[in-house]
Amino acid sequence: MDSRKGQAASFIVDSHSFKVWELTPWLALAATWFMLPTYLPFASQIIVMILFALSYDIVVGYAGIVILGHTAFFGVGAYTAGLLAVGGWREPITGLICAGFAAAAVGLVAGAVILRTRGLTLLMLGLALTLLFGELANRFAGVTGGHDGLQGVEISPIFGRFEFDMFGRTAFLYSAAILFLAWICVRTLVNSPFGRSLVGIRLNPVRMQAIGVPVWQRKLIAFTISAALAGVAGGLSAQVTQFVSLSVFGLDMAGAVLIVLVVGGRGRLYGAFVGATAYMVVQDVLAKDDPVFWLFWVGLILIAVVLFAPGGLLGLIEKVAGLRRPKAAELIEGQGQSPSGIEYRSQQ
Amino acid sequence: MNVSETLISILFTGTAYAMVLYIISVGLSITMGLLGIANLAHGAFAMAGGYLLITLLNRLTLPFGLALVLSAVIVAGFSVVLERLLYARVYKAGEFDQVLLSVGLIFVASAIAQYVYGPIPKTVAVPLSLTGNIDLGLRTFPVYRIFLVATGVAIFVMLLIVIERTNIGMRIRATVDNRAMAEAIGINTKTLFSVVFAVGSALAAIGGGLGGDMIAITPGYPLENLAYFLIVVSIGGLGTVSGPFLAALLLGIGDSACKILVPQFGAFFIYLSLFGFLLLRPGGLLNRVQEQ
Repeated sequence: MDSRKGQAASFIVDSHSFKVWELTPWLALAATWFMLPTYLPFASQIIVMILFALSYDIVVGYAGIVILGHTAFFGVGAYTAGLLAVGGWREPITGLICAGFAAAAVGLVAGAVILRTRGLTLLMLGLALTLLFGELANRFAGVTGGHDGLQGVEISPIFGRFEFDMFGRTAFLYSAAILFLAWICVRTLVNSPFGRSLVGIRLNPVRMQAIGVPVWQRKLIAFTISAALAGVAGGLSAQVTQFVSLSVFGLDMAGAVLIVLVVGGRGRLYGAFVGATAYMVVQDVLAKDDPVFWLFWVGLILIAVVLFAPGGLLGLIEKVAGLRRPKAAELIEGQGQSPSGIEYRSQQ
Repeated sequence: MNVSETLISILFTGTAYAMVLYIISVGLSITMGLLGIANLAHGAFAMAGGYLLITLLNRLTLPFGLALVLSAVIVAGFSVVLERLLYARVYKAGEFDQVLLSVGLIFVASAIAQYVYGPIPKTVAVPLSLTGNIDLGLRTFPVYRIFLVATGVAIFVMLLIVIERTNIGMRIRATVDNRAMAEAIGINTKTLFSVVFAVGSALAAIGGGLGGDMIAITPGYPLENLAYFLIVVSIGGLGTVSGPFLAALLLGIGDSACKILVPQFGAFFIYLSLFGFLLLRPGGLLNRVQEQ
């Protein structure tokens, strides 16, 4: 038992240390800056999507809370940042922080209600939450702009110095900086004992409860953190595009983030990076010509991923490269496969 | 319009809408209770039923009743193929995989629908014998809506008899209550799943076709109406036929009351009361599936 404990501890310590390949996304961002300067606004949108998918990954990929309405928090963040700017508070960083806090507050209250349920009811309530906000934003069109969207979101220079230019350079650097900070936070979070306990909850909540983990509380904390991050992503989207539309609460957005995460690889941290980039680029190429065709392929890809590649693109890469996870990971993750936890006895 | 007329109008429209919601969603409640699978693509079968009915009526000019039955049979047959090929593979997988698979199916179905029928909403041509109004003393009512209510009640009674009184109903109830025990005493759950899935899809197709005059048939149908189908199932409870009936009545009448009394709020109050209700009764009105 002690050696197992040691293995587990060294696995956790090991997972915090940086590997060389983890530089890839940042090298890719640098390459975009130097080689594709005309694509910087598009790259900023990809960054927003990565942030949103990261937040969704905490809930779905790590904690295993199956919810469809995460767009509620993205939308709350977007409208908070947007309305602040329209109302005269144009400082970007505090605006973004407010967006995060607003979404976290909504996440905490909503989570306290909906995390008591599970299965279909949970799915349903998540969906109802985002539709509820959509109706609210539509109802108070005088404030939110309704179907025309919230226009005139103007942001003052970052630190009072770096003005948002029309080529999207400042916006890109700003987004990249936010992504970097979020990445550090999420990476630390999911590799921490708290993050591992979320994985445990996903694999077997009954057993986690039995060994003394306050399951509901942990889920609520993860849910609130994730909501905050989704709010930051939404706020960033409002600031970068200078526009918020009602579609932030729409089912299309909810579907998009689902696909991004699943195609990239859920519960893998970098799935959000790979998925968002792949999704946005392919969509940009295909959907312009033929949105119907695009929808058809997205559906087929989703089905194929479920049946043949549950790990998404990253899972496939891991398989091809033969990169097996460290043994301690199997030790931790391989045990809880049975949903009922009945096979306890056979392992002793 | 005076108060009593408004009330009658709300109740009548609401009940007709409720019956459409019921016919579509009851299959979902049974399959979810029985198979334990989150099939979000259920609305796609309703959409398919609607489009098929339109094609059969307009292209082949079949009589309404025959076209309706034929569309249900085709959708049921197709759904069994999907069940065996796709759904059966994720019965034991996590809920998230089931959600993904069904969302994928929704996208594919919507894309096909838009490719074949175009983005513009289609309406079902109601047969002449069911058009017009009829005077029932209080005021006149559209005949077709009365036909909808009658059909909904008839299907409800029929399902109730099948579930409560027949041999196959007994098997279904046993499997919902305890699958392992049902298998142990010799119930072929695999066949049962396919049969129930087919019947549920056929009902969805009938509901989609009949309800085409209240819920427009568009390629966005499965996604746009998903929330309402799920509300009926989650408020009604899984694995029953009576729960969704009550839930559909509540939702249908509540929805038409909201649309008539506070149209500017849309479905806001529906979602709000949904939260309140599920907070008090997370399992729904009548839940047959035991918490494990």
